Amino acid sequence: MYQYDHHDHRIVQERVSQFRDQTRRYLDGDITEQEFLPLRLQNGLYIQRLAPMLRIAVPYGMLSSRQLRKLAHIARTYDKGYAHFTTRQNIQFNWPNLEEVPDILAELAEVEMHAIQTSGNCIRNVTSDQFAGIAPDEIEDPRPWCEIIRQWSTFHPEFAYLPRKFKIAVSGSEQDRAAIQVHDIGLQLVRSDKGETGFKVLVGGGLGRTPVVGSVIREFLPWPHLLTYLEAILRVYNRYGRRDNKYKARIKILVKAWTPEVFAQKVEEEWQHHRDNPATLTTEEVTRTKRFFTEPAYRDISDTEAQQALSGQAEAELAFSKWLQRNVMPHRVPGYAAVTLSLKPTGVAPGDVTDKQLEAIAELADRYSFSEIRATHSQNLVLADVEKGQLYSLWREAKALGFATPNIGTLTDLICCPGGDFCSLANAKSIPIAEAIQRRFDDMDYLYDLGDLTLNISGCMNACGHHHVGNIGILGVDKKGEEFYQIQLGGSSDRDTALGTVLGPSFYQNEVPDVIEKIIDVYVQNRHDGEAFNDTFSRVGVDPFKERVYAKNH
Amino acid sequence: MPKIIKGNAIIDNDWQFVARDSDLPESGNLLVHFSQWLNAPSADGRALAPWIDSEDEFEAQAERLIKAPLIAVHFPTFMDGRGFSTARLLRERYGFTGELRAIGYVIQDQLFFLKRCGFDAYDLREGTDLENALRSLNDFTLTYQGATDSALPLFRQRG
Ligand code: SF4
Repeated sequence: MYQYDHHDHRIVQERVSQFRDQTRRYLDGDITEQEFLPLRLQNGLYIQRLAPMLRIAVPYGMLSSRQLRKLAHIARTYDKGYAHFTTRQNIQFNWPNLEEVPDILAELAEVEMHAIQTSGNCIRNVTSDQFAGIAPDEIEDPRPWCEIIRQWSTFHPEFAYLPRKFKIAVSGSEQDRAAIQVHDIGLQLVRSDKGETGFKVLVGGGLGRTPVVGSVIREFLPWPHLLTYLEAILRVYNRYGRRDNKYKARIKILVKAWTPEVFAQKVEEEWQHHRDNPATLTTEEVTRTKRFFTEPAYRDISDTEAQQALSGQAEAELAFSKWLQRNVMPHRVPGYAAVTLSLKPTGVAPGDVTDKQLEAIAELADRYSFSEIRATHSQNLVLADVEKGQLYSLWREAKALGFATPNIGTLTDLICCPGGDFCSLANAKSIPIAEAIQRRFDDMDYLYDLGDLTLNISGCMNACGHHHVGNIGILGVDKKGEEFYQIQLGGSSDRDTALGTVLGPSFYQNEVPDVIEKIIDVYVQNRHDGEAFNDTFSRVGVDPFKERVYAKNH
Repeated sequence: MPKIIKGNAIIDNDWQFVARDSDLPESGNLLVHFSQWLNAPSADGRALAPWIDSEDEFEAQAERLIKAPLIAVHFPTFMDGRGFSTARLLRERYGFTGELRAIGYVIQDQLFFLKRCGFDAYDLREGTDLENALRSLNDFTLTYQGATDSALPLFRQRG
């Protein structure tokens, strides 16, 4: 994991003092409400329906057990004892007091954390693959590059007042687990014929009101040019992105208006002025950064033996074998596995954890996974480096703590934004919908039979719950002051990103579980052996689903 | 007389802003839109300097503009960040060395970024306590990325 040196510490501490002063001047009336807005947003602070919400950056999802304990302390001291993991690998507190936010930031700085640029019209916290560094299909670890981008974008003086928010994601593997096609900039690590590292650059992807899949503007950007090229893209966007309409201000609209070819050409022209300037990366800097992401002290383990022992345990205990199937992922290193702790037991808002649970997870990380934890895009946590021989005892402990619901990747591992219960932008509630669906599908065997299936819920067009890219997507809409839910089918955020198709007219809240059940029925009746939901959907089309769901008297 | 920050000091603002396409006052130091200034860079009994709006395409005229002793960049609102790019272009690409002044709706909490992008004079939003605002020029003593003030990113300086 990256570790601060005195430079990084100083920058974060100076930020805390700056925000303390800004908060004081705001409370004294020297800064207007309107002026304070971007200042607090760039520090992750929203004013929500019920209270402020503070979003804390978890750079590319990596956390240490020490940081988790600090988050637990903050939840207990400044909040109502819980925290919420978001779909962008960040963490949110829902009840802090404005006056205390500078103190929270000071506490975070002690453990090398901050809330810098987690909101507002600036370059946001860069995201990546939760299995970075351990995935068997990895080309190169994306995290050192994420850290380099994080530093470059932190307090970038030219790009703090962009037309709109700006999100960058980096993927280092074959399968895209970072959803780079739906980011303002998506970077795919690639190798040239000569074995040189570089990036395939995508721009203009995004969800929200106008969902778009990004376009490739450069097939191969050699690594030394990463920052100068990003700087060129950002400058073009800062100067020419629309500012007259916030719904048309994302880079995707500019790319579409100009066409990706013209956009690419403008960037290329701008880049000629930046190319080889001092922002060009050096081998020393990349080596320095990579040093923080070296392998932990793995033991030499015979995978065959470990696997045999595991099979024995799995045979003896069915529940354990189910957990192995769903919650344990392969690891690059023989004898190790990655474990997903489910934050989606039925009845708890997806992604919510209490202070006690945070501490318990820190404990598990210390004992089973080199004191590190990762936050995932699907609002779960991962212990990335667990010895196979320890899986059984980890499972027992996780089960007792409530993190072993064996539902990872299934319908009930759903993604859900805070929605109308917390978010002032919401059109509709989303947490109760999630819970109703989880209750309806409580038969684990049936869920396993359905296999991998993503269901994503957003409480409004802003799409924080990524509903466009769920196999089943649910969007809260407002019709004359009443809450309704629109359903979309066929979305995906894997290698082939696809945006869902709207099923038809929207539904009342209490109708949603029935509708989902009918959709699942149509899938089960139509699927070929082992066929995934989206494959069935593309084969049979939306009509059979429509017919069943909207049939009279059904 | 209204005050501005220039460099690290508070001074009188002796330049008057003239809106686009309006008649020039009879006397004084006047900031006129750059399209007007290019047509008539001087006027009897008055000193003129150009201002550029956030949406203006000025590059084709940059070579002439940089001969002005002062260029003002207008921020219609503090949320409009185009002026930051304009300033860097004027300084870094076109080599402007005169006074570069941020005008319009700019706030104290932008001073550090404005300074980094090459501004050296700041006409802050009315009602700002300028004495207090001076501190914000130095909100940070260290930066990760290069900019107009210093091209070297931190990674070329880390020991
Ligand atoms: S999708 Fe809408 S309701 Fe949900 S968190 Fe985002 S802004 Fe709020």
